[in-house]
Amino acid sequence: MNLNNQERAPIYEALMELKAKRIVPFDVPGHKRGKGNKDLKDFLGEQCLEVDVNSMKLLDNLCHPVGVIKEAEELAASAFGAKEAFFMVNGTTSAVQAMILSVLRKGDKIILPRNVHRSVINALVLCGAVPVYINPQVSQRLGITLGMSVSDVKNAILKNPDAKAVLVNNPTYYGVCSNIKEIVKLAHEKDIKVLVDEAHGTHFYFGDNMPVSAMSAGADMSAFSMHKSGGSLTQSSFLLCGEGANPSYVRQIINLMQTTSGSYLLLSSLDISRRNLALNGKNIFSKVVELSEYAREEINKIGDYYAFSSELINGDSVFDFDITKLSINTFDLGLAGIEVYDILRDEYDIQIEFGDIGNILAYVSVGDKNYKNIERLIGALTEIRRLYKKDKIGMLKQEYINPTVELSPQEAFYADKKSVLLEQSVGEICTEFVMCYPPGIPILAPGEKITKDVVDYILYAKEKGCFLTGLEDLEIQRINILKGGF
Amino acid sequence: MELWFTENHTKNVKFSIKVDKQLCSTQSIYQRIDVFESYEFGKILTLDGFIMLTQKDEFVYHEMIAHIPMAVNLNAKKVLVIGAGDGGTVRELAKYKSINKIDVVEIDEKVVEVCKEFLPQTACGFDDKRVSVYYQDGLKFVRKYENEYDVIIVDSTDPFGPGEGLFTKEFYGNCFKALKDDGIMVNQHESPFYYNDAQAMKRAHKRIVESFPISRVYQAHIPTYPSGHWLFGFASKKYYPINDLKSNDWNLLKIDTKYYNTNLHSGSFCLPNYVEEMLKEYE
Repeated sequence: MNLNNQERAPIYEALMELKAKRIVPFDVPGHKRGKGNKDLKDFLGEQCLEVDVNSMKLLDNLCHPVGVIKEAEELAASAFGAKEAFFMVNGTTSAVQAMILSVLRKGDKIILPRNVHRSVINALVLCGAVPVYINPQVSQRLGITLGMSVSDVKNAILKNPDAKAVLVNNPTYYGVCSNIKEIVKLAHEKDIKVLVDEAHGTHFYFGDNMPVSAMSAGADMSAFSMHKSGGSLTQSSFLLCGEGANPSYVRQIINLMQTTSGSYLLLSSLDISRRNLALNGKNIFSKVVELSEYAREEINKIGDYYAFSSELINGDSVFDFDITKLSINTFDLGLAGIEVYDILRDEYDIQIEFGDIGNILAYVSVGDKNYKNIERLIGALTEIRRLYKKDKIGMLKQEYINPTVELSPQEAFYADKKSVLLEQSVGEICTEFVMCYPPGIPILAPGEKITKDVVDYILYAKEKGCFLTGLEDLEIQRINILKGGF
Repeated sequence: MELWFTENHTKNVKFSIKVDKQLCSTQSIYQRIDVFESYEFGKILTLDGFIMLTQKDEFVYHEMIAHIPMAVNLNAKKVLVIGAGDGGTVRELAKYKSINKIDVVEIDEKVVEVCKEFLPQTACGFDDKRVSVYYQDGLKFVRKYENEYDVIIVDSTDPFGPGEGLFTKEFYGNCFKALKDDGIMVNQHESPFYYNDAQAMKRAHKRIVESFPISRVYQAHIPTYPSGHWLFGFASKKYYPINDLKSNDWNLLKIDTKYYNTNLHSGSFCLPNYVEEMLKEYE
């Protein structure tokens, strides 16, 4: 990594200069450095509202950067080893969408694992591309989807030589990495672009002994959430371009959907966090690893919990594992992950990232400085086992349900539809999304056939208390299906 | 020249003690530790600027946290003390010949070092042969034990900073598990008087009530703590604090105390109405 100038933070510096100059605001935002909204100023703090400002000469313009934003993007690109880096202010969702829309057009094929984030399939709804799903390998023991096996990617490319892109999760929410270097090699041989959802992999660019990052694997583009493990404000992300991307076109695509009033709170948070990680990332993530490893070891001593890690590595569908992720299987406890997640919050005042049918994920990050809260988590898990452990009979284990894609997501989403009770939808074509949030991986996506397994799974997840989203019916009783069948 | 130590008891109330000199000021990885020599209270130990003890009134706190559970279970053999880096609680426990093991778990070794050097009045407790000191997080220590201790004394700092984990439901639950079937847990329970302290007190009470079948609160007068009106929690699996008090047996032990006696024991569980009302919210 080129550390030259990484101690600089041009957007932050420009905002400090703006404050010092005491420029008189006759532009938006109308709260004018907080003066027009006392309650908000008291709540968020004057320092915060003073820099909630709009584009101007001193501060550059996110849609067409020529000044400090351009400099900041160059510094970020250098820190991540990318050809170009874009500051994104509408979440990693917008980065994923821009990445896909810049490579795919209507009818184009994209090879991807089914356990993608909803933003990926949303992008397919927008552009009309057709998914070619690779069924991810599944761990029966854990009930989670793993990575893509290289031979599956190879076969998919053989069968679909006209595919325009391959999408890789690096890593999955649980921390599983595919063999991204090999996938890049296979794809590039056929002129297929490799797009990487690195929402949970910011630290791969900075820590020691981390899985390979998208840029160093030679991928064409990567979307990642600086706000997840990197410490910037919620909704701020990066889109990185590798050698194979066309950054000027990517900028045009970004500007199709991005706000023209990019928040300087978000932009400066990206700038400052990039600086922090470039300068201190190694130490920060070695501490994160130390805390996660300690927690894993202690949790595995409690009994009935399985905090899994690099022992899953099998050279293929689990090519590598992100050991900063504290993923814990709760199956032997007789409790669904979501139940443990709820008990931790309601009874112990501990909020973790998510719970699914059989697992929970506690996010350990740049914000964890010592063992105090880790001890609380371990202590609470010990208590939950003592007080809530149940017989595991009747627990649903299988999480991954093989989808049958009958229509492209776009065709299905925009088709004429009708609403039926979930229980009566078996055999029909779904025209909307169903997912638990988090993790936000669709159980059903538009264009897929609804099977009895899927309906059973949705009803089970609902009964266990999963937060189901995506359906037009907020009560999660009815589902939209293709009118007239298929 | 006048030198004053000041602690903010609330945003609007200050408590100041005239100081002769500062004897020690050091920073551990957990907190700032200071010792002052004062005219009125003798030596004072503060952590992050909060008074932990003074030579003049520490006897109230230490006697009340140690003798109340012991006088209810005079057969206690194995006692765990969490926090208590100054040694005062251990000094009181060491007066019972029946105890054969006292484990002390203090997160901050530096506190013990400082007390041994400047506060032998309390740190003398560590000299007893039955005492073992473990420098680690109390929450971590206690979760490994099951059916192990007769008495657990939670001699913690306030529910912010390093002591935060000792006011949580998971901690009280783990203490329950570490106690024998007739075990007793006593804890520093904050004050009912000022708003923020009272909120912390109520939260602690709620969590203890959820974890133990018997949970009572008792009080003492500690001049250098905010408002001077201080509470302790008595949580137990079997024994009731007043009905199971062994007054005669305890008095036969002829233990020398300045504050505690068996009449006061029962009286300390009689609380003012406003405190009873706060506690009832969670019972």
